[in-house]
Amino acid sequence: MKTPTLKIENLKLGFKSFSGTNAVLHGISLHIAKGEKVALVGESGSGKSVTARIVLGLLQEQKNAKINGGLEFEGRNLNAMTARQRKELRGTDMSMIFQDPTSSLNPVYTIEVQFHEVLKRARPDLKRAEARALALQALADVAINEPERVLDSYAFQLSGGMNQRVMIAMALANNPALLLADEPGTALDVTVQAQTLKLMGKLVEKHHTSVLFISHNLGVVREFADRVYVIYKGNIVEQGKTETLFDNPRHPYTRALLSAVPRITGGGIPDIDDDPAHFSAPLIAHEGFSEKELLA
Amino acid sequence: MSALLSVRNISKTFNVAGRDVTALENISFDVNAGECLAVVGESGSGKSTIANIILGIYAATSGDVAFKGEMLPAKRTQTHRQNIQLVQQNPLSSLNPRRSIGASLRLALDVHNIGDKSGRDKRTGELLEEVGLPEDFRKRSPSALSGGQRQRVAIARALACQSELVVLDEPTSALDVLVQARVLKLLKELKDKRGLTYLFITHDLSVVRNIADRVAVFEKGRIVEIGSTDAIFTNPQHAYTRRLIGAVPVVSRDEAALRDRLMEQENAND
Repeated sequence: MKTPTLKIENLKLGFKSFSGTNAVLHGISLHIAKGEKVALVGESGSGKSVTARIVLGLLQEQKNAKINGGLEFEGRNLNAMTARQRKELRGTDMSMIFQDPTSSLNPVYTIEVQFHEVLKRARPDLKRAEARALALQALADVAINEPERVLDSYAFQLSGGMNQRVMIAMALANNPALLLADEPGTALDVTVQAQTLKLMGKLVEKHHTSVLFISHNLGVVREFADRVYVIYKGNIVEQGKTETLFDNPRHPYTRALLSAVPRITGGGIPDIDDDPAHFSAPLIAHEGFSEKELLA
Repeated sequence: MSALLSVRNISKTFNVAGRDVTALENISFDVNAGECLAVVGESGSGKSTIANIILGIYAATSGDVAFKGEMLPAKRTQTHRQNIQLVQQNPLSSLNPRRSIGASLRLALDVHNIGDKSGRDKRTGELLEEVGLPEDFRKRSPSALSGGQRQRVAIARALACQSELVVLDEPTSALDVLVQARVLKLLKELKDKRGLTYLFITHDLSVVRNIADRVAVFEKGRIVEIGSTDAIFTNPQHAYTRRLIGAVPVVSRDEAALRDRLMEQENAND
């Protein structure tokens, strides 16, 4: 197969403290092929967000973080890069969308200024007028009706849904190869969330952007992702194609997680088998969807 | 069935920077004794405003709230406050970080003068056991508890006051699904055991489907639809309700089928 956009191999992470090292990731492997939408799903504290931070190269700068394992971005070894080289990748070849759009935009600059800044990461000598034209187009792509008004506004003057769309437009402005989306839409209303996700899905398909979609919301994952990795306490416990994994979850943890989600068809509050001893069972990869088979 | 709480023609207008913003417009509904009434809607629909008016935190611009047939004044007495209790969304900010769990629970007993003084410490331990926590958690501080455990403490504190009506404002929205399932189960058990009445405020329709007896759908300060949970989910009458259910992210094929059916209806009506 072709070189995957992102390949993580046996990634381990620990945080050093006075009382020794606190292991957070115990050797996870995952990859994302070009144009693929892959979800990493798990509860809080399972290691989802730190994985994204390692890919971005942000955690490497933290002194107490001990990181081990293979990291390849478009065939390039991320571990061999300097902090500066990694910084150059951010905002150009890989970008990120955060959970709360309103607080991740700068409150003292207009959207236009922030857009210009983003575009300058890829083209440092870009003039403000050119940037405005590009930004208008990018905002139109995320179905914003009055892009002129939005560009002249501050983040706090726009609704949460609008800010999320601005974030998506900014994240995709430099046409990155990889988009890391950390719980996008969690802070939004369901109707707005559904619209934004649909929009984001269409855009990344159009640009063939690869996506690492991080979420604790199983329903959202089912709608958005092509493939799913389930993470529990720093281990991947199950992986497979979205439909087969949701129709036929095999790992005890995935089963418990799925049965705990209340259904809109009713059925009451479920009794769940939540004996954590079962959750540590080894990784189950659905047929044809193990790392070995997919990367062969 | 008798109404434990009646809300009649409640309107609320806030004055924001010289402009009047209508948060609630002519809201009326009853909460029957022993039922769980869910109030659902998106942010800005007025669901938290109605909770605050029922609790007496805000005064309504017009309209009345009656509890057990007795009109509630804008300024509540201590008995009124004891009768209606609140469980908030974020248990980290609703528990005092400087106070031990036991002291937080004890305060509720002291303020409302419940039980004899010497027995109150023991009572806090019993309350913790009732919500499924070990009795010696009394000595811990909120920071030593997980999110689910803190939410259980918040529920125990509401129970301490022996109120009949509990207002639950997004009680499980900040929790992981496995923890959410356990807390919901606890809420259901307590409701049956103690004969409690819940006003359950949430944006999460799949939770509502499985815990509420009746549902009131709020949109922009108005009730657009109110009815039994079964009726709302199988045959929603209002377009907004259908859109709301149609946007819920689902995990199984059955649910997707239900959603598709509602959306087809919605599109046929357009």
